[in-house]
Amino acid sequence: MSGELVEGSDARIGVFVCHCGTNIGGFLDVPDLVEYSRRLPNVVYSKDNLYTCSDTGLTEIKNAIKENELNRVVVAACTPRTHEPLFRSVCREEGLNPYLFEFVNIRDQCSWVHMREGEAATEKAKDLIRMGVARATLLKPQEEIEIDVTQCTMVIGGGVAGMTCSLSLANQGFDVKLIERESQLGGLLNSLHKLYPNNEDASRLVSKLKGDVKKNKRIDVLISTTVSNIEGFVGNYDVTVKHGGEDEHYKVGTIVVATGAEVYRPEGLYGYDGENVVTQLELEQLLRDGGLEANSVVMIQCVGSRDRDRPYCSKICCMNALKNAMIIKEVNPESQVYILYRDIQTHGTRYEEHYREARENGVVFLKYSPERQPVVEDGTVRVFDELLGEELILPFDLVVLSAAMVAHPDVKDLAQMLKVPVDESGFFLEAHVKLRPVDFATDGLFLCGCARWPCDIGESISQAFAAASRSSVILSAGRVVAEPIISFVDEEECSGCGLCEMNCPFKAIRVEETERGRIAKVIEASCKGCGMCGAGCPQRAISMKHFSDEQLVAQINALTGGGL
Amino acid sequence: MNSEEGFEPVILGFLCNWCSYAGADLAGVSRFQYPPNVRVMRVMCSARVDPTFVLEAFTQGLDGVLVFGCHPGDCHYMTGNYQTERRMVMTQKILREVGLSPERLLVDWVSAAEGERFASLVSKFTEKIRELGPLGSEAVFEKEELVRRLKASSDALADDRLRWLVGREKELIEEGNVFGERLPQEEFDHVMLESIRREYEKNRILLSLGDGALTVKEMAGRVGLSTREVLKNLVVMEGEGLVTVSHIEGSSPKYIKTGG
Repeated sequence: MSGELVEGSDARIGVFVCHCGTNIGGFLDVPDLVEYSRRLPNVVYSKDNLYTCSDTGLTEIKNAIKENELNRVVVAACTPRTHEPLFRSVCREEGLNPYLFEFVNIRDQCSWVHMREGEAATEKAKDLIRMGVARATLLKPQEEIEIDVTQCTMVIGGGVAGMTCSLSLANQGFDVKLIERESQLGGLLNSLHKLYPNNEDASRLVSKLKGDVKKNKRIDVLISTTVSNIEGFVGNYDVTVKHGGEDEHYKVGTIVVATGAEVYRPEGLYGYDGENVVTQLELEQLLRDGGLEANSVVMIQCVGSRDRDRPYCSKICCMNALKNAMIIKEVNPESQVYILYRDIQTHGTRYEEHYREARENGVVFLKYSPERQPVVEDGTVRVFDELLGEELILPFDLVVLSAAMVAHPDVKDLAQMLKVPVDESGFFLEAHVKLRPVDFATDGLFLCGCARWPCDIGESISQAFAAASRSSVILSAGRVVAEPIISFVDEEECSGCGLCEMNCPFKAIRVEETERGRIAKVIEASCKGCGMCGAGCPQRAISMKHFSDEQLVAQINALTGGGL
Repeated sequence: MNSEEGFEPVILGFLCNWCSYAGADLAGVSRFQYPPNVRVMRVMCSARVDPTFVLEAFTQGLDGVLVFGCHPGDCHYMTGNYQTERRMVMTQKILREVGLSPERLLVDWVSAAEGERFASLVSKFTEKIRELGPLGSEAVFEKEELVRRLKASSDALADDRLRWLVGREKELIEEGNVFGERLPQEEFDHVMLESIRREYEKNRILLSLGDGALTVKEMAGRVGLSTREVLKNLVVMEGEGLVTVSHIEGSSPKYIKTGG
C-alpha cells in the first residue's frame, strides 16, 4: 500500500461522497453518485457519508483504505480550500502518501449554486467525480519540502490590535517587529475618550499598552515607518520598510496585518463643518477636553454606511452613540439627546441592556428611513419619524454624525505586496469567515482588528490574541512543510533557451552549463509552483509535480470521454 | 448558425487556486445561482493553463472554455495572469483561423471576494455559448475537417515558435530588444498574427502529408489554400527540413514529410 508503486491501472481508488447534512444531499442524488462512482475505471470502493469530515466519516475512510487496499482516495464534498488538509492527513495516518488524495468540489461549486436544478447538478457532479477519478489515477506520491522558519513576526500597525498581538507574541518568547506609520503608537485609540461597555478611559488602556510594548525587549518598535516591499513565503518573508527616507530590510517568519481603519469624513453631508456638526470621533475629543457646551444634541446614525457606496454596517456606531449620549446626559442631566437611527444594532445581551438604559434615561430615539433622510438647517434638524408618521423639528446646539468606518486608502498597496485579497469595500479578506477567521489564504500571513472589518476594542483584542496564537503555531514548530507542487525539467527535452528563466517571477529556474550543454534547473526552495514556465516552455520540457500535463489532460479528456 | 433547440453547452473552466477558485467558492457560500454547465479544474495559477489544454478541450468537443485568474496586479505569483492573458489572446486568434468563434474562449479576472462577479460571468458566458450553438455550428465545414483544423492548431501551439514569441511579448513591448528598441503593440500583434497563420498553415500542410506523398495541387485542395500559398509555405518548410520531394509524378513533384 503506502503509495509506493501504483500508477495507472494499478490504481485502487476509493470514492467518498459527502451529504454534508443536507447541504449536498438535499440537492444532489448522493446515492446515485455513489453508485455511479463505483462503475468508474479503477474505482474499487465507493461510499456516502453524512459528514465525511466527521470522526465517523474519517474512520470510514481509514477502514476502507485498509480493507480494500486503496491507494488513491477521492472525496467529493465541500472545497479543498478548507478541507483538503484534513483528508490528506487521514491518508497519511493510514500510510498513504497525502498527494494520492484528490478533492472534488460538489458543494460550494455545485449543490449550493444549482439549488433549483438538482438533476442537472447531479449530472454535473458525476462529470466532476469522473474528472477527479481520472486525475487521481495518475497522481504520484510526493515528498513535502521542509523549510526553516525565521522565529520573528512582523506586525504591521501599532493600534490596539497590533500592540496586543505584539505583546502576546513577545510574551511567548518570539521576537516582534512592530511597524507603525504614524509618529506614535496607539492608532485610533489615541483619539477616544471612554470605551464601552464599561466606560474605561481610553487613555488608560493606550498608555498601559504603550508602556508594556516599550518595556518589552522582544518588541522592536519602528515608528514613522511604512512597508515598501514584501517577498518570500511562510517562514521566510523578506520585508523592506521605509524609515526616514532609508530602506531597511527585515527577515521574518510570519506577518500580521493590523492596519486598522479610519473614520469616514462626511464632507458635504448634513452640513458637516467640524464645529456645529461633528463626527462621533470629534465629539470624543470634545468630551475628553471638557469642551462640550450643548443643551440639545442630535446624533444621526448610518452616515456614509449602508448606502450605495458603502453597503456595509460599520458595527460600532450604535453602541458608540449610546455610550456618548449617556456620557452627555451624565455630565449635563438637563440636556436633551436625540438619536436619529435607521436600525439600532446592539448585538449580544450586554449591549442591548445599554440601549434600554439609554431610553430609560431620556435619550430620545427617532427612526428615519434612507428615503427620507434628516435635513440639517440653521439651528434645527428636520426629521420624518417613521414610527410617528410625522415630521419633527429639533433645535440643536450640536449635531453628531456617526460616520462610517472605512478602509485606509493605501490598503490596496499593502494587499498587492502581500498578494492577499481585499473585499469590495477595501477591507482585507480572511481565508474563511468561520474556519480560518484571522488567517489569510496564504500561509504565514494573519490579520486582526479593523483591517478586516469594523470592530470594537474588545473584538480587536480578541482577534489580536487569535492572530498571535495562529502565528505562534508556525513559529514554535520552527519548521514548515511546503507543498511539493513545483516545476521539474525533462533534461532530455530542454534546449536551454532560457525563456523560463526570463519569465519566472521568483527567479526559481535558471539555465546552467552542464556536460550535456545548457539546461534549465529548478531551484526547489524558491519555486512557488505557479506553472507559468511549464505552460510556456517552447520545448514543452517543463511540467509540474502534482499538476502534471498528463494529469490535467486526463481530467479534460474524462469530461467528454469520446471527443469530437 | 444553427442554435439547436434545448442545446445545453458543456463548458470547461480553469480557475486559479488563490482568486477565482476562492471567488467561485464564495458564490457558493453566498448561494448565488448560475447555470450548471461549467466543469471546473483547479490550477494553482491561471498561467498553468497551456494553450494546448484549451485546444485539447475543443478537440474533445467541448463548447466553451473559460480561464479565470486574479485581477491584474493581484496575482499570487506576481505576473502569472499577464502571461495568461497574452497566451489566451493568442489562442483566441488561432481559433479564428480554425473558423471557430474566438468568443468560445473567455479569459477574465475574478477576485476571492467576487462571488457575485463569478456567478454573473459564468451566467453570461453560458448564455453566449448557448447562442453560438454546439462547437462547430458557426463553421461552414464538416466535423472531420474541424477535427483536422483543431489538430493543426494544437500542433502549432505545441511548437516552439509561437510559444517563444508569446513568451517574449512582454519583454519586447515593455523592455525592448538588446538595443533598447521597444516594439509597438500593433507591430507585435501584426507579427503575432502573421506567425499564427504561418504556423497554422504549416501544420495543416504537414497533417495533410500524413497519409503519403502529395502534389502541391493536392495539398492545396486538402487544406483550402491556393497553390501559391502552399508553395510559399513549402519553400520555407523544405528549408527547415520538414518536407522534401519524394518523386516527380508527370510534371508535378510529390512531397512527403521528413524524419519522425
